[in-house]
Amino acid sequence: MSELIKKTAVEQLALLQSGEITSVELTKAHLDHIAAVDSSVHAFLHVNAEGALATAAEVDRRRAAGEQLPKLAGLPVAVKDNLTTMDQPSTAGSKILEGWVPQYDSTVVTRLRAELMPILGKTNLDEFAMGSTTQFSAYGSTANPWSLNRIPGGSGGGSAAAVAAFMSPVAIGSDTGGSIRYPAAMTGTVGTKPTYGAVSRYGLIALGSSLDQIGPVARNVADAALLHDVIAGHDPHDSTSLKEELGSMVEAASNQSLKGLRVGVIKELTGEGFQKGITDRFNESLEILKAQGAEIVEVSCPNFKYAVEAYYLILPAEASSNLARFDSVRFGMRVTPQGNPTIERVMSATREAGFGPEVKRRIILGTYALSSGYYDDYYGSAQKVRTLIQRDFEAAFSKADVLVSPTAPTTAFKLGEKLEDPLAMYLNDIATIPANLAGVPGLSLPNGLADEDGLPSSIQFLAPARADHRLYEVGAVLEREHENIWGKRMIDFAPEVKAGA
Amino acid sequence: MAKAELMNYEQAIEQFEVVIGLEVHVELNTNTKMFCGCKNDFGDEPNTNVCPVCLGLPGALPVVNGRAVESAIKIGLALGCDIAPTGRFARKNYFYPDLAKNFQTSQYDEPIAFEGGIQIEVSSGNTFQLNIERAHMEEDAGKLTHIGGNTGRIQGAEFSLVDYNRAGVPLIEIVTKPVFGAGAEAPELAAAYVRAIRDIVKALNVSEARMERGNVRCDANVSLRKHGAEKLGTRTETKNVNSLRSIERAVRYEIQRQAHILASGGSILQETRHWHEDKGTTSSGRPKSDADDYRYFPEPDLVPVVPSSELIERLRAELPENPAERRKRLQGVWQFSDLEFRDVVNAGLLDQIEETVAAGAKPQAARKWWTGEIARIANAGEQEVSDLPVTAAQVAELAALVESGKINDRIGREVLQAVLDGEGNPTEIVAAKGLEVVSDDGALIAAIDEALAKQPDVLEKIREGKVQAAGAVIGAVMQAMKGQADAARVRELVLERAK
Amino acid sequence: MSEITPELVRHLAHLARIDVTEQEVERFSEQLALIVDSAATLKVAVGEDIPATSHPIPMQNVFREDVVQPSLSQESALSGSADAESGRFKVAAILDEE
Repeated sequence: MSELIKKTAVEQLALLQSGEITSVELTKAHLDHIAAVDSSVHAFLHVNAEGALATAAEVDRRRAAGEQLPKLAGLPVAVKDNLTTMDQPSTAGSKILEGWVPQYDSTVVTRLRAELMPILGKTNLDEFAMGSTTQFSAYGSTANPWSLNRIPGGSGGGSAAAVAAFMSPVAIGSDTGGSIRYPAAMTGTVGTKPTYGAVSRYGLIALGSSLDQIGPVARNVADAALLHDVIAGHDPHDSTSLKEELGSMVEAASNQSLKGLRVGVIKELTGEGFQKGITDRFNESLEILKAQGAEIVEVSCPNFKYAVEAYYLILPAEASSNLARFDSVRFGMRVTPQGNPTIERVMSATREAGFGPEVKRRIILGTYALSSGYYDDYYGSAQKVRTLIQRDFEAAFSKADVLVSPTAPTTAFKLGEKLEDPLAMYLNDIATIPANLAGVPGLSLPNGLADEDGLPSSIQFLAPARADHRLYEVGAVLEREHENIWGKRMIDFAPEVKAGA
Repeated sequence: MAKAELMNYEQAIEQFEVVIGLEVHVELNTNTKMFCGCKNDFGDEPNTNVCPVCLGLPGALPVVNGRAVESAIKIGLALGCDIAPTGRFARKNYFYPDLAKNFQTSQYDEPIAFEGGIQIEVSSGNTFQLNIERAHMEEDAGKLTHIGGNTGRIQGAEFSLVDYNRAGVPLIEIVTKPVFGAGAEAPELAAAYVRAIRDIVKALNVSEARMERGNVRCDANVSLRKHGAEKLGTRTETKNVNSLRSIERAVRYEIQRQAHILASGGSILQETRHWHEDKGTTSSGRPKSDADDYRYFPEPDLVPVVPSSELIERLRAELPENPAERRKRLQGVWQFSDLEFRDVVNAGLLDQIEETVAAGAKPQAARKWWTGEIARIANAGEQEVSDLPVTAAQVAELAALVESGKINDRIGREVLQAVLDGEGNPTEIVAAKGLEVVSDDGALIAAIDEALAKQPDVLEKIREGKVQAAGAVIGAVMQAMKGQADAARVRELVLERAK
Repeated sequence: MSEITPELVRHLAHLARIDVTEQEVERFSEQLALIVDSAATLKVAVGEDIPATSHPIPMQNVFREDVVQPSLSQESALSGSADAESGRFKVAAILDEE
């Protein structure tokens, strides 16, 4: 493996800007590595070699001509396959969109292109982002680079694995109930879900419209901050897009001190439900924060215990409506049964063939939650629980500046486990879901290895809505301290994925 | 399908109480669609005014057209509605190929306007208060064309083609509360109500308001119940009524059809029916269910509409004169009798007469032409007066020609027809066809002499006091002059000859 | 609490326009019943007077100007479809009138 790709994005950018390396070199190094190891990891659904190199060449040309370039120009990036790209298929991990090349770019992709970042390709995900292990992808699962027979997390396992295995320095993910943060925890990488509305959803193939957010995936806090600054900002195409600017995350990540920071430990997200090794690492992180000047307080969010149930009513309801458009008429798969089928039959047969079991299950559940006679009991109640959870956050944030919990209840389990037990699967997101329900931002930071299995453990930070910068301020300091103690970066603990393994 | 049996109309009214409800969809004349910047235009090449949003492509998101919101508020105000302090959009979920997202973004329990009312007068002079339940914003669906089979109808079609140019066009749906007590006048009331809506939105300049273009669409709900009964009867909803005439006919038909069924001991199926203009009947469509499970929920991709009181007052101040006040004023200025004025209003010709008077005609003359010959021609051709290709200026010109004596009434009607046939303006036509009335007495006298030569005893009879004998000569002269003579002058001259 | 019967599942599948096999109907019935039962706790948790939250970050009055923006070309609009004719999307016959 080339040494170049093991560097941080910050380091790679410095080399690009000084002229020591070209973007074509950097991009090619990544493409070579993808070619070498992705057959084992399967992070990518589509590799955009030609397009990426073309962008890289353009950057090199302009840089050589002395032109002003955007900050991240020439830095490669991978994009989760539920964002539309005009020059590459966008499948959302589903057969129903196999080969679909969109007629427009998502706003985030437009910003990546404006930033002149070579797009290495589209990464794997659970079908329509429904899932927490990437095993529900219609195109096969992704392996965790730390241990190839384990889950990389989901739904954005592809982006996390790509970054963890050095196939891309940074990547774009989306998070509806934890789909950026949970894979980050599984793969020892950093992932942020911004405040709802901070990043435009235009062009994000919708799952839960009131829950979805796009965010950065990287190997460290500063790299994530770089990408965060590129993609965040108001978009007139998205009515839920925040009008105000939230400031620079890169600046926030340069923070040195935690003096006076109140850190709230969420009582309901610690203890029994969490693997001991993760709890141990969590407590150590708290000690470090305290040593750095933070004040640790305990907060209680009693309504969090309803979060998973509420989520699994709201999400399927919105998803059932968002996925209705996949009907064979304007795009995507079309299955025409024998005989002279009516359009109704064609639609039903297409959706039967094109959607996987988890998607079908959630659509039917969502249809149920919204049906007349059941609305009040299910969807209606869930939306009220949402209010309660927001109030819990409000109360907690009156006592603390950031909240913390472990990101995930366990380390990465084996591929194939829990597949027949949807309820058990849903509990993977127990710590991440509340933030999506309330719209507040969250960041997952790796904080060591669990003793039982030597697999990554992570800590999650949550901040009030619009205070995304606090995540980077505290994340940067904690990361620095951890790295000092380890004498290396978290990702250096990861075993190397052998070429053609 | 067997033709439905109908009860005699008067009998039906006698036996049953009629309850109607009207849903009118108004297509706004905004530049762009409701949720995207595509052109809101009629008649362009298919699928050229579309974008990811109105095509329902994965990942697309709606953004509300601010002008559509203002138009909606104006309509609400003009109908005497309250404007909702917080209005929300909702998704109405159902599958249909002309619905790009397989849900319609509409409004459910928080419409932008609600609780209004409007007075409607019918030809008898009776007025009715129609209460408005709500007016809300929604988007139109695309256009389906059915190919194969026969008559381009949906039954038996081999396949269908979809054009999404119309998908996403802003619509305002106006729903009345059930209307009681219209009795035999229910069909006329329904049509008059829709005409009133049309006039209002046209006056507000928020819609082109042309029914034949689908700018104003009506679904008519009809139910019957025995007089004095408390419970409402089962209602049917008739769609595809594309003109005022159709509305009246469809409501009347449904009353007769339902009455027959009920009187025979049958029951009405709650369903959507389709109006057939050619046959003058309604036929069964989909079974309509109030429990049609649309699974409404608040649209998560859009945020609430909270109109400020400043905005509402500004829009209220911009409202044109209230139609009822305007009518009072005009009747006073024109000095029409109540009956005359009512005819004008019922015929929907107020605007035309106002314009014609503004173009210089006397009010009575304008009224005579519009409610007389022009209305007659429209009726005979089963058209709306507004469809006829004649302008107020032309009518004013015509009236002036008659008033000046250059032509008479009969010639005037001929000229009118020529205008409708596209031959130009009245003055041009009179000149081109040499229709001007002969005013030269010499020519008239010559013609009189010729006629008298053929009828020598006429003069004798006139001298005897049988003045009406002149008629034969006048007739002959008018014929000889091809009608281009002032009959009164001819009569004068004939009588003079008799002296 | 409402039962998730196979009949209900078939009805829901029809509402959602997804063909389901008998096996799937059975499996979904079981799984949905579990999820729905656990969701029963929600109704208990919320009182009558708790308002619903449909938007996590409150905002209002987001509008755009009524100004025409470029549309897709007809070719582009049709580019994703399986079948098109004379500039329109072509679909199988529709069962009933809307």
